[in-house]
Order: sequence, then C-alpha cells, then structure tokens
Amino acid sequence: MRSGDALLDHLFRRVGFGASAADLQAVAGMSYNAAVDYFVDFDKQPDDVDTKVGLPDSVAITTRGQFSPNTNIEDARQRWLFRMVHTRRPLQEKMALFWHNHFGVGYTKVAGTVGGVLGTKMMATKGGELPGPQGHYELLRQGALGKFRDLLIEVAKDPAMLVFLDGRTNTKAKPQENFGREVMELFTWGLGHYTESDVYAAARVFSGWNLRNVPGTIANDPAAYQEFIYNAAQHDVAAKTFSFPISGGSNTIPARAMAAGMQDGIDLLTSLANHPDTARRLAGKLWNYFVSDLDAPDPAFVDGVTNVYIQSDTAMRPVLRYILNSRWFTNPGNFNARYSWPAEFVIRTIKEIGWAGFSVDTARVPLTNMGQTLFEPPNVAGWQLGRAWFGTGAMLARMNFAAAVASNQKFNLARSFGATERAQPDRVLNGMLQRLTPAPYTTAEMNEMLTYLTTGGAWTGNDAQMNAKAPGLARLVAGSGEYQFV
Amino acid sequence: MSKFSRREFLRDGVAAFTLSFAAPAFLVDIARAQGAVSRNLVVIYLAGGNDALSTLVPYTDPFYYSRRPAIAVPAGQVLQIGSDSSGKPLGLHPRLTGLQTIFNQGRLAIVQRAGYQNSSRSHFQGTDIWGTADPANPSGLGWLGRYLDSIPGDPLAGWNTSNATYRALTGLNVSVPSITDPRVYSFASPNVGAEAINERNTAIRLASAAGPNRPNLAFVNTSAMEAFATLDRVASVVDYQSSVTYPNNGFGSALKTVAASIVRGIGTRVYWVQTGGFDTHSGQGNAGGGGYANLMGTVGDGLLAFYNDLQNQGLLGNTLMLQFSEFGRRISENGSQGTDHGAGGMMMAIGGAVRGGIYGTAANLNPTPDNTTLENAGGDVTYQTDFRSVYASVLDGWLGTNSTAILGGNFRAGAPAII
Repeated sequence: MRSGDALLDHLFRRVGFGASAADLQAVAGMSYNAAVDYFVDFDKQPDDVDTKVGLPDSVAITTRGQFSPNTNIEDARQRWLFRMVHTRRPLQEKMALFWHNHFGVGYTKVAGTVGGVLGTKMMATKGGELPGPQGHYELLRQGALGKFRDLLIEVAKDPAMLVFLDGRTNTKAKPQENFGREVMELFTWGLGHYTESDVYAAARVFSGWNLRNVPGTIANDPAAYQEFIYNAAQHDVAAKTFSFPISGGSNTIPARAMAAGMQDGIDLLTSLANHPDTARRLAGKLWNYFVSDLDAPDPAFVDGVTNVYIQSDTAMRPVLRYILNSRWFTNPGNFNARYSWPAEFVIRTIKEIGWAGFSVDTARVPLTNMGQTLFEPPNVAGWQLGRAWFGTGAMLARMNFAAAVASNQKFNLARSFGATERAQPDRVLNGMLQRLTPAPYTTAEMNEMLTYLTTGGAWTGNDAQMNAKAPGLARLVAGSGEYQFV
Repeated sequence: MSKFSRREFLRDGVAAFTLSFAAPAFLVDIARAQGAVSRNLVVIYLAGGNDALSTLVPYTDPFYYSRRPAIAVPAGQVLQIGSDSSGKPLGLHPRLTGLQTIFNQGRLAIVQRAGYQNSSRSHFQGTDIWGTADPANPSGLGWLGRYLDSIPGDPLAGWNTSNATYRALTGLNVSVPSITDPRVYSFASPNVGAEAINERNTAIRLASAAGPNRPNLAFVNTSAMEAFATLDRVASVVDYQSSVTYPNNGFGSALKTVAASIVRGIGTRVYWVQTGGFDTHSGQGNAGGGGYANLMGTVGDGLLAFYNDLQNQGLLGNTLMLQFSEFGRRISENGSQGTDHGAGGMMMAIGGAVRGGIYGTAANLNPTPDNTTLENAGGDVTYQTDFRSVYASVLDGWLGTNSTAILGGNFRAGAPAII
C-alpha cells in the first residue's frame, strides 16, 4: 500500500515486494537515507520470519503431510514465498533472488542426479536443521550483501553447483569444462574476455573440486548429504596458462604440489571476482534490477558502482547503499521503470490485496505459467528478463492470479471500505489505489474503472454491491498493464 | 453438434454432421481438417546443444569409438539409413526408430554439419545467432519474427508452445503468444455472469488505452489484448481427439497441441516447440542407453506420433518440421560420460513435401592437423552447410516469401535441396 511518499513507495517496490501496513510502520518517521540504511543493514533486524509460519495473521502454507521445506521442493518454494511476504529483511530476499538468477542453478538436474530429497537439501535446506551443508539458496541468502568474491568461492564449492555444472566429475584425466566456461561467461566478466583455451585451462584449475558422499542409513534418509571435498589425487598439478593475467600478475597459475592445488581455483576465482570487468558486468545487472530495465545503464552509474565495488574489496553492501542513494535510483523518471518479475508481481499482489486465509501454495503453478518457477531457472544464465516476462500466456496467468487472490479476499476487500468511501464510487476507486500501487493511470483509464463500478445497477455501496465490485476492481487494477511495473 | 460453431458447420457441411454421430471423434477432425490448407512451419528446438554425433552416428569411423570409449553407440545397435554422398555409412541412434520410419518413407532430410564460421560455444550467444541468422550481430530481431512481421494481421500467426521467449520469434511489430497449455488459457474473474463480462470488457478497454508515448506499457497491454483476442480460438483446440496416442511428456503434449490447432485450422503459420536436456556434460550413457537415449526416445517417439497424426488427417503435406540446436558438442567425451560444448551440429526437416535423405558429408574424426572437417585442434566438428541456407530454402521454397528480404542477404548458395 502507499505510504504517501512516492520515493518511499519506489524504494519498497525495488528493495522489497511492496509494502504491507506493518512494513510501512517499520519505517514510519524515517528520512529517506535512514530508510535506505534500514533496508541495507538488514542484519539489524532479526531473521525471524520462519517463526511466523502457521501464525493466524500470516499468509498460509499448504501442507501435504508434514511441512518439509528442507527435503521437499514444493515446500521449499512455499517457504521462500512465505519469506518474501513476511520478512523483516526484504532486501535479503530480493538479493537472494538476484543471485539465484545470476548463478542459475536448477533443481531438476540436481534432483535427477541425486534424488528429490537430497536435491531439495542441496537447493534449499536451512543451515543447522539437518546434517550436512546448507542449501544453495540459503548460501545466496547468507552471502546476499557480503563480498562477491566470497560468494563466488562458496558457490564454486556448493554441492548444488557441483552437480549442476558437473564439477563433481572434474578429474585430472578428464577435465570437465562446464563450470570453467560458465564461471567466466556468466558468473563474472562475460563473453569477450576469454578464449577457448582459457576454458580448457579453467577446467583443469577446478579438477578435483568434487563431492564427498555421506550416505544415510535408510532410503531417502534426510540425514544423508554430500559435501565439497578437494580431491587432491584428482587435481591436475601442472601449470595452467591463460590469455589474461591472474590478479594482475603472470598469465600462468604455477604448478603446485598436489596438497596445495586447491589454491589454483581460489587464484582464478579471486582474479575474476576482483576484476573491474566483473564489476562492470554486475553493475549492468544491478542497474536493470534496481534502477531501470527500460533504459540501458548510464555509463556514469557503471563507473560509480565499479569504483565502490573495487574500493570495498567486492563487498555488495556498500554497492547497494551507493545505488539506492544515487541520483539514478531516486530519479522519479525511473519509478515504475522496470518490468516486474513474476515473483515480485505475485508477492506484491498478495501483500496489497490481502492474505487472510490465502495460501502461498496457490501461487506455485501460476508462477510457472508466468515463467518463473523458483529453484528452476530455465538454464544457468537465469531467466530472460524485461519484456520476455510478458508473453501472452504469461500475461494471462498474471491476470488470472489477480483474480484468484481477489476472489479469495472478496469479503475482506469489501469490508475494508467504510461507509464514507462506499458513499461514492470514486472514493472506492481512490481507496483501492491507496491499497494497490500501480503506475499512474490516465484520466480516461480512471473513468473506465468508474464506469465499471457503476455498470449493472445504480451505485448503492451496499454489501452485495461491494462484494462484487471490490474484488472485480482489485483484479482490474492488479491485472492492468500499469501494475506489471515496479 | 454442440462442439461446432455455425461457421465451422457451414464450412464442413453435412459430412461432418453425419460423422459426429457415426464415427470416432478423430474422424470428425479429419473431416474438419479438409478446410485447413495453409502451410505451416513447426520449429523443433533441442535446447542445450544437441550432440549430433550421437544422433547420426558415423559408426564406421574408428575415431568415433576411440575418442568416445564410454559413450559411443555400438555399431551393431545403430539404425542404418545408408551412406552420405561421400560414401560414409551413417546410422540413427537406436532410440530413433520413429525417425527411421519417417526416413524410410522419404520424408526426413538430415543436414549434416550445419552451422557457421567461428561457432559460438555459448548457449546464449549460440541460440541468438541461430535466432537472428546474423552471427555478426545476434542482438537484433529474429528470422521468424521478421517473417511474421511480413504477414501482419493475426496475433496467432505465430504460436510459442514454451513459456520462454526466443530471439528467433522476436519481431518489430509482432509479438508471438506463448501458450503452453490451452486448457489454462482462459480468463478468470472473481465474479460470474454479467459482472464478469463487465469486468472483462473493462479490462479490454484498459488494455487498449496505452498510446505510443507509453511504449513499455503498450507492450504489456498488447500481450493482454492478444490474450483476449486469441482466447476463443485457442479454446477450440482443447477438446481435440488425436488419431494416435502421443507420448506422455511435455514434448508430446506440445506436439499434440500443435496438431490440434493445425487440424482445427486456426490459421497459425509458425509454431515453436522445444524440448530440453541436451546440455549433456555428463551421464550421456553408454551402450546406446542412458540419458541421451532418453532424450532420443522423447524426440523420436514424439515426432513420429505427430507425423502419423498429421498423415492420418491428410495434413502432412501442409506441414514442415525444422529441427535445430545451438551447437554440436565436442568429439571427445569428457570424464563424466558426457561431452562439452562444441561447434558444427545438424539440422533435420520432416514433412510431406520434404525430399528425404542425408545431405552434406560427415566429418572425419581423426584429429590430424590437415583434417579440414575439424577445427579447434581437432576438438570439434567444423561446419559445412551454412544454417542460413537452410533457412533460405524454408522461406523461399516453403513459406513462399523472399528469403533475401527476411534474412538480410542472399544465402541460397549451397542450400541443400530438402524441399
């Protein structure tokens, strides 16, 4: 819902998923800069969102047997959606989603290799809840605003990644190119900075970065896990020469003793993460995520982000603080200047229309129809963004999801309008546009919605009329083009 | 009678009326299909970079076996389909019995070593290059989008059966609807009856309101408008009764939907169908089985069902299937029973007007420096047939347009005579 301050509304749409009344309460009275700090320094808020599962004023989850978000991927999806709705740290979830898109690991291949229970563990298990390492998404969540270099190294050792890009099978006799290529093409500096022979060399660098299996005692044992192991005997110890300098020095990673060979990979990842071209590539993606995907990144923005990134030794928290306080972010011309991702649309629709008695599970299949299944990006490059979200079927799925929420919340919506608002249809419309936050409508569009309210019988504002018109209007707004932008 | 609109009844006449009571449902569709005569193109995209050497196996090349000790298809298992023009014997993967059937009917053309110079080994750049038909600038409009731009007027002229957007389908003015499941392609309202109709009418007026000064809003609204404009036609394919049973997987379902819309004559000219999992860095399998065999089963069984369905309905002559993937894979296997990203791949065309056969010549897989059929120090197959020449054949010879205008140049030279 609206705060009364367009810049703050913009901030909520970009660093979070829109604002509920409780969200607005949390920043009430803060200056803009203080609100930015509130979101960026999110570890000052407790990470207690999971304790709200099952509480009466929370959005519902649907259980099939026991709720098992660590071992059942559908429940893992529900947990993430739940967190997006109720987190006190919206930027953490927003960045986890950003990194999920950046690193592009998908559940199906992982589960196809290790099974559904372990596959879910690898994708989404929460640290400490089961034996073994935390899942891929939890890792992204923990490292959301930490140093990118650390995140990159953790992701390179992440079991889900080692399955997804086949690093688990990378040996000195048969180097595996998959991760070595994508770490340069997609995770760091991008096409144009390396050659085919660099791909070969990178594959050898990561030889022996494998997995160790810790089996369970029963079939599908939730205690079973796999974890990263540097398999020294499978590491190619010979020198690797690249077409570019490693961390500004020699083009060659020297031959090392077998036991010390893991440093090869650390050297390459460090060099890639620290490189200004990686910063520039990340800056472009951050521009599209936080500022605008209608306009190309402003070169001055890219320079600015790159400087902060390098000066902060790849730390993302200062980068985000810089972006959110920048003239590009706060420029009203960039309000509503990004095509919303399906997850953003779904969560904002729930937060703004209401969730009492609504289950986030209802969003799972519609999200797939909108083109965004969580834990299942279409490939390692992540989703196609911007206009690509708006195929005909996907747009229809958005309109129909708006109908599903509005229908579910029919009576709550109707009851939310008091006698004064009900007295006149334009007050109902205005009230709805305080609750939902589309980009501005033209007068002609406002008149169309007023016409809708008064079609089919004289305006009375009575319960029967409101029970029909309030959800109909909410669906029209949430299903309109203006609402598809954030 | 209830499933026929008045227009359809008038078109199909008494035969359909009679059949709807007397004959199996698919015969009704055969009767209806008589009215559906426009040519269409069904693009089959194998996502991830198909390992062409496992699809069409050079089973007498000793280097195929020495370089792929774990994953080579044994010579005794390949489905022999003869030799190419250089005399090299070739066989289909053992799970491609469906394609062997079509080949033996003379309706499968295989273009070996299709690709382009300096092949990108990136999925994303590779897909864009095949999509734009422009290796030098793969960020522009798609070749099919440009074709659809040239025949404006129908929002259902193209139909993407996946919910991903592909550059190949990106046009300047057209936006190809992505319709994965016709059953859920319907409009929902929190209300019913007149109130729902009021709401839908308001939604249509809202979606038509964006002007040229709001191009991004207009883009979204166009998607909504095209949904409204196509709902009823798409709904008409939901109750389709096919003449064959399609495999129970996403690829089979998508092909069945395409067949339904061809049979129902809804007017679509270009369909996009894809199936994924071809990025086989690991677990391709051995002895003709394993992961790659499953992929081939999906492709071969699905395409045969589609082929037979259309043939039964008398519509095979109106349909051309064109298969591609973004690159071929490395010749030598890696340590994970898989193959990494490579260069030259293959294309296939299937249809009633296709001149079947094996086009182009197979690579010699011996990695010697003087072997011009390989590149990247003998690591990859080098291309022989420019994929754009195949596009040109399809545009000129099948879709009846001018390929030089669509492709931005004359790529007819060297085109295999597949149509």
